[in-house]
Amino acid sequence: MGCTADGAIVYNPTLFCFRRATRFFMQQAPFLEVKDLACERGDHRLFSGLNFALAPGELMQVQGPNGSGKTTLLRSLCGFVQPVQGTVHWNGQDIGEWDDDFHAEMCYLGHLNAIKDELSALENLQMSAGLAGYTVSDQQAVAALRRMGLQRREHLPVRVLSQGQRRRVALARLLIGDAHLWILDEPLTALDVGAVGLMQELIGEHLSKGGMTIFTTHQPLHVAGVETRQLVLS
Amino acid sequence: MNKLSLFGLLGLVVRRDLLLAMRRRTDVLTTLVFFVMVVSLFPLGVGPEPDMLRKMASGVVWVAALLASMLSLPRMFSADHADGTLEQMMLAPQSLSVLVLGKILAHWMLSGLPLALIAPVLGLQFDMSVQALWILVLALLLGTPVLSMIGAIGAALTLGLRGGGVLVSLLVLPLCIPVLIFGAGAVEAVNGGMSAVSNLALLGAFMLFALVFTPFVAAQALRISME
Repeated sequence: MGCTADGAIVYNPTLFCFRRATRFFMQQAPFLEVKDLACERGDHRLFSGLNFALAPGELMQVQGPNGSGKTTLLRSLCGFVQPVQGTVHWNGQDIGEWDDDFHAEMCYLGHLNAIKDELSALENLQMSAGLAGYTVSDQQAVAALRRMGLQRREHLPVRVLSQGQRRRVALARLLIGDAHLWILDEPLTALDVGAVGLMQELIGEHLSKGGMTIFTTHQPLHVAGVETRQLVLS
Repeated sequence: MNKLSLFGLLGLVVRRDLLLAMRRRTDVLTTLVFFVMVVSLFPLGVGPEPDMLRKMASGVVWVAALLASMLSLPRMFSADHADGTLEQMMLAPQSLSVLVLGKILAHWMLSGLPLALIAPVLGLQFDMSVQALWILVLALLLGTPVLSMIGAIGAALTLGLRGGGVLVSLLVLPLCIPVLIFGAGAVEAVNGGMSAVSNLALLGAFMLFALVFTPFVAAQALRISME
């Protein structure tokens, strides 16, 4: 469909085909684009005029001192925080318009682990998969937990696990989904050296499969063969 | 990896909340014990006159049920809010209203349903007739879901506020007055030799009306609270 100068709608096959083609193309290569973003907390302007894009296989680290708005930025990418100005686009469309479909293609891990002390690691993982809209078998979930170094801890209530082990349970969620976009807020908190290495490995695998990751951390995180793009908030 | 249907998701949320409650039984028991205590205090305080007790029975049971369900309301979303599960729920690819409906159903099964089931035993203390006891249970089964549903909106709005527990009661109790009037009225009608159908039908209508609107409204309230 196209529009003539006097406003009448006419069928324009070329334009129609072009749009179909772009939509098809966009499905093949998902990307995140942030334009002129500004966020406030209370009356305080955290950042403004932020522009960046993230394509498949790219890794971006958000840096900045405490209180510079790293978490707020990541939360606005999820749609939790309404930006004061600017837009966040996924595959060329505003995330507000994507509504729930966008959420199926992303995985957010915040400061809070979103796990229940009363449930076992296995139950927690299956429940989080369920809330994300899919089911995983026991074998898949156990395999993910083992990969995160939680052998023989699968059936223990999370209450008896250490902080680092709880973080590993939360991170296991990344392994069972098929999200394109990982948004990780301080993923390395409470993790030991071995687990940090494992995280680097997992992010590397995710990127090599065409995924993309945006994260914040105060610890060094290097993924072999991938250049980490830096976004500095001041 | 299989996609979950809408009903699958609803079932999962209910199952999850029931499982959590089973592992943390005190929360459920406190509501129930509170209900039993409040109702039992009245015959002790008012004195053993069967006529008077019979007259006030349904009102006392309903007010106690109302207060007991207020007691458990602040817990509906607060644990999920504190540990970050609520954030993940908002990121679920399905509609948040379905998740909220699941939580409301679980809340009712843990607060409203036990109250309705234990009410006949308490009714005996008030010398209620068998027919009145049946009607009381029926009215509670129809009315307590409405309390959970309206309560969900209040719980969502007061999420993360200091003193939210008291605030939620102040917000929700006035809205529950119609349920109280028609719920208690059903038993009154039977005692007066009339039919309770009109009262029960109105309670059923409240329930269906609330079922349509409250999950959506509570989901919107949660979004506001999370910003």
